[in-house]
Amino acid sequence: MSAQPLTRFEARIEVGHRPGILDPQGGVIERALPALGYANVSRVRVGKSIRLAVDAADEASARAQVEEMCRRLLANPVIEDFTVTVFPGDTPEPPGLTAEGSG
Amino acid sequence: MTARIGVVVFPGTNCEQDVAWAVQTLGGTPEMLWHADRSLAGVDAVILAGGFAHGDYLRTGAIARFSPVMEAVAEFAASGGPVVGICNGFQILCEAGLLPGALQKNAGLKFRCETVDLRVETTTTVLTSGAERGQILRIPINHFEGNYVCDDATLKAIQAGDQVVLRYVENPNGSLDDIAGICNEGRNVVGLMPHPERASEAILGSTDGAVLLGSLLASAGAVLSGDTPGPRGARR
Repeated sequence: MSAQPLTRFEARIEVGHRPGILDPQGGVIERALPALGYANVSRVRVGKSIRLAVDAADEASARAQVEEMCRRLLANPVIEDFTVTVFPGDTPEPPGLTAEGSG
Repeated sequence: MTARIGVVVFPGTNCEQDVAWAVQTLGGTPEMLWHADRSLAGVDAVILAGGFAHGDYLRTGAIARFSPVMEAVAEFAASGGPVVGICNGFQILCEAGLLPGALQKNAGLKFRCETVDLRVETTTTVLTSGAERGQILRIPINHFEGNYVCDDATLKAIQAGDQVVLRYVENPNGSLDDIAGICNEGRNVVGLMPHPERASEAILGSTDGAVLLGSLLASAGAVLSGDTPGPRGARR
């Protein structure tokens, strides 16, 4: 096997409840927000965000490996689904990683 | 010679002494098994005790399932050996794929710590062989993630296969079909959220847990005497 130069990729993984699986935390938040005047909020879902760096030959390989990690460990397919976003590790400000309008 | 019951201890397990005490009280010989062990030391049955294995990081049981001892537990289970997971142990057995489904947060988002009524739904498992179908047992629960869930096809399969072992009389956590405990197809692996070890002596307020643990000791004794259940699915 010839040594292939590896590139560092950053992965952002969102783990959420599968459709139809009860999300009690989302429900509690959805009932709390109207108390602050946000009566227009619905479909609140609470999940997990996992970030990691992976060295891989290319983006497709990085994505495939991270998706496999999700299936094998990071998510439980019985109750959870996941989405994976992969981008080159040297991306200065990856989309969605900085809070917009914070402070 | 009494049945030797292995009690698996992960970092974060906290019910192993209670389980060992109950096993001893009921006439068995408890033996602690450290999670990093690759062998079960020849025990006749295995209990995965409750607690917070590996801190319940990521998900309950998600990391514990990779502990070296779990390979030995899986082999023991596949050969028909009696395996019982209590509370966190149930969660670990689900994550390990030794039982179907998963346990998620209680529907009311409350940690439930109380004594509940359970109905015995089947007596052909290693944990209920000494009970009667329909018998009501009063046993404590103590969990935040005891809300059993699985997909429709799995639920139909475990219902049809008589794999629902215990049901809550009053559902405390939103658990699907009031399920408090299930078994595998071979009926030698059982997981339950309630803690039978906390109801095994009169001083604890109930001795109903002894019905379950006593059944397990009898099952382990059957293994001890060479009357092994044979390949998966062949038991009874």
